[in-house]
Parts: sequence; C-alpha cells; structure tokens
Amino acid sequence: MVDHLFRREAGRLVAILARRFGAEHLHLAEDVVQDALVAAMRTWPYTGVPENPTAWILQTARNRALDHTRRRQVWRAKEPALIAQVEGCLDAASGGDLPRFEDEIQDSQLRMMFVCCHPGLPAESQVALTLKVLCGFGEGEIAAAFLATPEAMAKRLVRARQYLREEAIAPELPSAAEAAARVESVHRALYLLFNEGHKSSGGGALIRADLCADAIRLGELLAGHGFPTRAETHALLALMYFLAARLPARLDAAGDILLLHRQDRSLWDRGKIGRGLEHLEASAGGPAVTRYHLEAGIAACHALSPSEEETDWPRILELYDDLAGLDGSPVIALNRAVALARVAGPMAGLKALAAIAGRPVLENYHLFFSVAGQLWLEQGDRAKARDCFQRGRELAMHEAERQHLSRRIEEAGG
Amino acid sequence: MPNQEKAQFLLLFRHPVDQPDPSPEEMQQIFGKWMAWMESMKAQGQFVAAAPLQDGGKVLRGSRGSVVTDGPFTEAKEMVGGYVIVHARDLAEAAEIAKGCPGYDYGTVTEVRPLEKIPHI
Repeated sequence: MVDHLFRREAGRLVAILARRFGAEHLHLAEDVVQDALVAAMRTWPYTGVPENPTAWILQTARNRALDHTRRRQVWRAKEPALIAQVEGCLDAASGGDLPRFEDEIQDSQLRMMFVCCHPGLPAESQVALTLKVLCGFGEGEIAAAFLATPEAMAKRLVRARQYLREEAIAPELPSAAEAAARVESVHRALYLLFNEGHKSSGGGALIRADLCADAIRLGELLAGHGFPTRAETHALLALMYFLAARLPARLDAAGDILLLHRQDRSLWDRGKIGRGLEHLEASAGGPAVTRYHLEAGIAACHALSPSEEETDWPRILELYDDLAGLDGSPVIALNRAVALARVAGPMAGLKALAAIAGRPVLENYHLFFSVAGQLWLEQGDRAKARDCFQRGRELAMHEAERQHLSRRIEEAGG
Repeated sequence: MPNQEKAQFLLLFRHPVDQPDPSPEEMQQIFGKWMAWMESMKAQGQFVAAAPLQDGGKVLRGSRGSVVTDGPFTEAKEMVGGYVIVHARDLAEAAEIAKGCPGYDYGTVTEVRPLEKIPHI
C-alpha cells in the first residue's frame, strides 16, 4: 500500500468533490471525505484493502454527501444534477476510465489551488487552507507547523471558508485578465509553504518533512497541467528543487543544523538538482526577471559548486545585488553581506551588516547575529564573535538552531 | 486437522465514540497497526474469521419481536467496531492474543468470549 495513502486521498478527493459541489460547500466536501477515511480505517483491517481504494473512499464519501443533502435539503432544486455529477466521477474512478479520473483530479486540484490561494485571503490563511484542502493535513498538524494553537488555526480556517462562501469564489481557472495576479498569489503561497518546511525540517513535528515535497508537487501541477505556463512558475520550481536537494545534508547525526559550508555535498540529491536545472532553463523564456529567477540562480550556483571554496561568489553577489533592487528586505541584505564577505573579505561583510543593523526585523533575527559572529571569527575577534553567537542563541526559535549556536559559542572559546 | 484440539474464541472490539477524529496521517498509522496485527494472527495460524460492523441496525424484543427499535446496542458512549474469531488452546491464550490489539491507547475495550463447542457424540 502507498505511504500516506490516507493523506494523499484526502487531498485528491476533497478537491474533486469541492469542485463538483462548489467552493461554497468546501466544508461539506472536507467532512464527507474525512468520514469516509474514518470508515476505511475502521473496516479495511477486517476486510483487507479494496482493489481500488480511491473508488471505495469516493463512493463512501458520495453516500455521506447524499445522506447529508437529503437530510438537510441543502440543494433541493439542484439535487438531481448534483447526484448525476457525483455518479459521473464515481463511474470514472471505479474502473471505467481511470486516466480521465486522474486527469479530473489534477484539474480539480489546480482549480482548488486558485481557490485556496485567493488574493482576498491573508497569506497565512492561503497556506493553511492549501495544507488542509490539497495536502490532507489535520488542523492540529497545521497549527503545529505554524506554532499556533489548534483552536486559533481552526478559527482561521473557518474564516477562510466563510470568505470563499460569501464572495462566491468559484473553482474555476482565472481568466486571462486576472491570471497574473492570481498566479502570483499561488506562487507566494507555495513559496511560504516550502519555506515553512525548509526552515525547520529539524523540528519534531511530523508535518514539516513533507511540506517541501507538497509545495513541489503543487508547483509541478501549476506548471504542467494545461494552464498557460509562466516563466516564473518554472523559476519557483527550480528554486524549490535546488533547496530540496540539499535537505538530506542539512542535519548531522545529532539533529544539529549544518550550514552550507559544512554540508557533505555528496548527500545532495542529484535527481532534484537535475530537475531544478530543467526548470531553470524553462524559466528563461519570460519577459521579466522575478525574485524567483534570482533566488533560483543563487541556489543553482551553490548546487553546482563542488565545494564552498569553489563557489562562484562574484556571480552570487551580482544576483543578490539585483535581488536587493527588487526587494529591500533586511533578510536579503543580510544574505548579500555574506556573499560580499566571500568576495571582498570578512571586514567588507561586517561593514555591510553594520549598515543594516538597526533595521527592525533584523534586531530579532537570530541569523543576523549568527552571520556576524561567523565574520568576526574569520576576522580573528573571538570576543565579538562570542557576543554575537550568544545574542543569536537568545533569539533562536527552534531547538536545533539553539544547539547549533551553543556549539558556535564553544568554538569561539566561550 | 492441525487445530483439532484448539477451541475458538470471539474477540469483540468496542471503541469510544466521543473522541475527536484523527487526521489522515494519524489514521494511516492506526490503520497500519491494525493491519499488522491481523497479518501476524494469520501468519501464526490463529486467525479464523473477522468482520467489521456497520453503525446502524435494529433491536427487536417483546412478544414475537414486536418491539423494534434502532438501538441502543451497547453503552451509548461506545460502538462495536467488529469482531475477530481466533483459534487458541484456552481462554488464557486467547486473552494473550487479544493483548496484541493496537486499539487500547485509543480507548478500545476487547471482550474475549469462548465459542460453545458442539460435542461430536
């Protein structure tokens, strides 16, 4: 049996039913699929897994939906049409036409991606809804990924569904006129989703390890399923593949985060780097250079370099200069300072850091102090390095990050 | 007949109904444990039969079954999820088999009952 079958089918079948029911009945689709999965969990151990588990779950969900609509008379007028629709997708699923069914699932997921990432929703709600509807995660798991309480996450999802209902957001692909803004919104949500998994894959929560894979899966769907493909979708995918390729090397045996220059590059996933390069090539076709293009270019420099020393730092600095022009965020400036230090020495990097030190976000950003500490160490000032690492440790949110900084403090002789 | 000397026992599983639904990923884990347990009973020749029970049904009582209700079948806060029939030497061995049920952490209660044997006379 497939790993994650329950979670996978949750994401597939909620999408296909929500598309059939309409996004205003999203919660009904989620509920009946959840009920059907519970029924599967309870009965399959006795009966064995059915030959076509998807069709079994879909049929059970269909029956629950019909019970519900008859009892509550939700669609009094539309009911016969609805029944016919659901029967149609069930016929395809239960063996009649599997390719057509798989095609419809992909199409439904793509449409629901645009619904979940509607620009009218707050960015965090877009990601939460995507995780719930398209990736089959539970509210508790999503809350853990966002360091939120399950109650707060449940409320956030309720408000998001209410918005979709009140604004009558249809599960349709966006028109040409609104495509650019809608796709941009999906990109941002996928990027957030990926980063959520990437920044803390050492955390204990079950969900994190799978977030990067889901972001890539949905990105591939956006790039390759009949929807007019945009160059920046390929750029985003290239970026995600390059970063995901490094994940196996990111933690040492003790679960401590390894910075790029300490990673065993033989552990990097060559297959993912290859996919990244294909998408990077495909991303060159567009008229605009987006932040995803620049970040993918930087990630490609790292992915293709056999060692830290042989990295093309001048090229990376160039790309960071361009990126800083698009996005004045202090985090970008911080990364640019690292590249500058590699090109022009630690003192140049430290000067660049001093220029941004007062910026509000960075004051509470442990990486700022981690980088500053590293550069002071290279500059030979162990006392200043130690101060920086200690400040960073106070600000770090994740245990793995704190452990890493503790080790750095020791290295600095503290 | 390898199991000639062995008796058969009914394992009946009652689950609490007032618990929140697990997430799909948690369901996968729970399901995996139940499947593994069923497989291990089969591998050891203990398994005879099993079936899940649906939620609904009827209860009949009174003169010629004239009083028909939709329940309750058991305590209101429980539902019977299904049964397994196993071969075992005696009740103690059957209870030992029932200890392998992975549901206890989720509140499952297992009843172990010997099936009455029809004597060959």
